[in-house]
Amino acid sequence: MGNIARRQFDAVVVGAGGSGLRAALQLAEANLKVAVLSKVFPTRSHTVAAQGGVSASLGNEEPDNWHWHMYDTVKGSDYLGDQDAIEFMCRKACDAVVELEHYGMPFDRLDNGKIYQRPFGGHTSNYGERAIKRACAAADRTGHAMLHTLYQRNVRAHTQFFVEWMALDLIRNQAGDVLGVVALEMETGEVMILQAKATLLATGGAGRIYSASTNAFINTGDGLGMAARAGIPLEDMEFWQFHPTGVAGAGVLITEGVRGEGGFLLNKNGERFMERYAPTVKDLASRDVVARAMATEIKEGRGAGKDGEYILLKLDHLGGDVIDKRLPGIREIAKKFANVDPATDPIPVVPTCHYQMGGVPTNVAGQAVMPDGKGGEKIIKGLYAAGECACVSVHGANRLGTNSLLDLLVFGKSAGEQVVKDISADVKSLPDLPADAADKTMARLARLDSATSGERVNDVGAEMRRTMQAHCGVFRFPDSMAEGVKKMLAVAERAKSTFITDKSKVFNTARVEALELDNLIEVALSTMISANARQESRGAHDRSDFPNRDDVNWMKHTLWYKEGNRLEYKPVQLKPMTVESFEPKPRVY
Amino acid sequence: MSSVSDDRSRDRIFWHCRRGLLELDLLLQRFVARHLDALDDGQTAVFVELLEYDDNDLFDMVMKRAEPVNERLSPVLALLRDV
Ligand SMILES: Cc1cc2nc3c(=O)[nH]c(=O)nc-3n(C[C@H](O)[C@H](O)[C@H](O)COP(=O)(O)OP(=O)(O)OC[C@H]3O[C@@H](n4cnc5c(N)ncnc54)[C@H](O)[C@@H]3O)c2cc1C
Repeated sequence: MGNIARRQFDAVVVGAGGSGLRAALQLAEANLKVAVLSKVFPTRSHTVAAQGGVSASLGNEEPDNWHWHMYDTVKGSDYLGDQDAIEFMCRKACDAVVELEHYGMPFDRLDNGKIYQRPFGGHTSNYGERAIKRACAAADRTGHAMLHTLYQRNVRAHTQFFVEWMALDLIRNQAGDVLGVVALEMETGEVMILQAKATLLATGGAGRIYSASTNAFINTGDGLGMAARAGIPLEDMEFWQFHPTGVAGAGVLITEGVRGEGGFLLNKNGERFMERYAPTVKDLASRDVVARAMATEIKEGRGAGKDGEYILLKLDHLGGDVIDKRLPGIREIAKKFANVDPATDPIPVVPTCHYQMGGVPTNVAGQAVMPDGKGGEKIIKGLYAAGECACVSVHGANRLGTNSLLDLLVFGKSAGEQVVKDISADVKSLPDLPADAADKTMARLARLDSATSGERVNDVGAEMRRTMQAHCGVFRFPDSMAEGVKKMLAVAERAKSTFITDKSKVFNTARVEALELDNLIEVALSTMISANARQESRGAHDRSDFPNRDDVNWMKHTLWYKEGNRLEYKPVQLKPMTVESFEPKPRVY
Repeated sequence: MSSVSDDRSRDRIFWHCRRGLLELDLLLQRFVARHLDALDDGQTAVFVELLEYDDNDLFDMVMKRAEPVNERLSPVLALLRDV
């Protein structure tokens, strides 16, 4: 690593979304020397897109308690969530939200000054009795407000930001300890080693593996790619939450309110097909039922469009005035992103990837963990993860709305606290770096810089997204998945010989995209292979050939290793920290 | 002042079109493909200034839910509203 510049920190946090900022704050306030890396300016992280709110059983509107919240989360996870972690999160929720309030987060308020709360799907009172108001929000800008609040607080605590820096790889030594990252400064194109006693991944989700995705372009699963390349398994990658109505070809969400106001779905024959799948509630069936019906129509050749690739969302019968009044903004969104005016024409929509439940396996203290080879689990020294890139696992097979922002706050903080403990307890000085610390990364970059022909990044990316959408989407068919595995293995081969024509150093977006593709490929492969192996339907993993949940054989977490695409499994933690287990029951609402 | 003829600032602009909101990613990508080459230095500077806005504020302006505080931004914003 001779001429590669090196800088030393107590801790390096990769990612400046809600989870990275919350963790960094904990570290900076403990007076540690912290570097936070982000591909984009911190307040442009994807957390900014979250509108709905953050859950906590504050009980400001009606009686509530953490145990009800825990029940909802366990049930929502379709019993794949670890109950100790879920208890931990739900118990800490109120403090996490109140703390944010004290930091200055502009929550909406009730007349009595307390935080206003609204209902959200899956959150109930008294163990499923009826919907409850548990979501705390700042208008429709909850994520935005959260990011700004945490960013300001970090500035005050002297967190050092490395903005427009892209972490490329983890550095691990022979013992398997993580010693920092190799990173690229986009402005100069220079590569640097950031050496640290603790490295915390907070790189968010990887929704860009699908052609239909609500995720911003930066959501390329870099932390997952880095972990996979370093020999660390990825947990439960077959579980992705889909939203039924994203604009075809764009991904932009069309609110469920459209169907609430009387809009309905049509196939290419103009048939209102939801009548067949859900005769009573029709288009108002739950998200997964609607999305599965749409996928079936498309798979069976009844999709609209040139290639039969989408479904039509019709609302013109409501009339322009009603649409403007009850669904403000929808016409503008449809015009901009679908090129149709819904007052006259239907909106083309498809089930659209929204949230990643899997990730880097961690415990409740944010420490990355992996099997020790002797039937137990070991902590990977020096590595931590939090937020959407981590799998604690509180969301199990299916995340409840508003539980993700809560996850960022609770586990961002607990990971930060653990780092503070670990650093002061047993790592006084920085361990030596192995001589080959940056070799693999430099070889990857050198190949990209020298290749003059090969595969185009865009072509390989498009093929990956198409493959994942068609073969491992919201509803999974056996023949199609087996073919998907073959196709993804082929796409991954192609990705090894990508090339870029722009070899410049400064802000070379083409190079960044090529490196992002490497990460997306790991995520897509892990998803495809984990999904093909799981012979049941649970939460967001929905198979036509195994329509039921199989608790006898499959109540376990998947672990995918890059090497040899190997799978292992580990048990679900059914035992909470202090209370009784919630025994598995059918998940009906 | 930046200029698109200056490759470096052009590349920087490309990257600054990567946002936290997918909606902006899509619109800015279209804008860059259609208009960036034809902007003069002054317009380019305004575009760079618009990119400095927070995602939700910029998106509100593009969707005409909000007006820019400074009229200077209006002509380039008008192009962006139209893509
Ligand atoms: C449209 C939409 C609405 C949502 N609404 C809600 C809601 O109402 N409530 C809720 O609870 N959840 C919601 N979610 C989910 C929630 O917003 C996300 O799960 C959460 O914000 C993820 O936060 P994060 O901190 O893990 O990652 P992000 O906010 O995605 O941040 C990732 C960070 O990592 C950085 N990064 C990534 N790779 C690298 C790299 N290689 N080098 C350096 N930096 C890197 C990025 O620059 C960024 O700073 C929504 C999601 C979407 C898509």
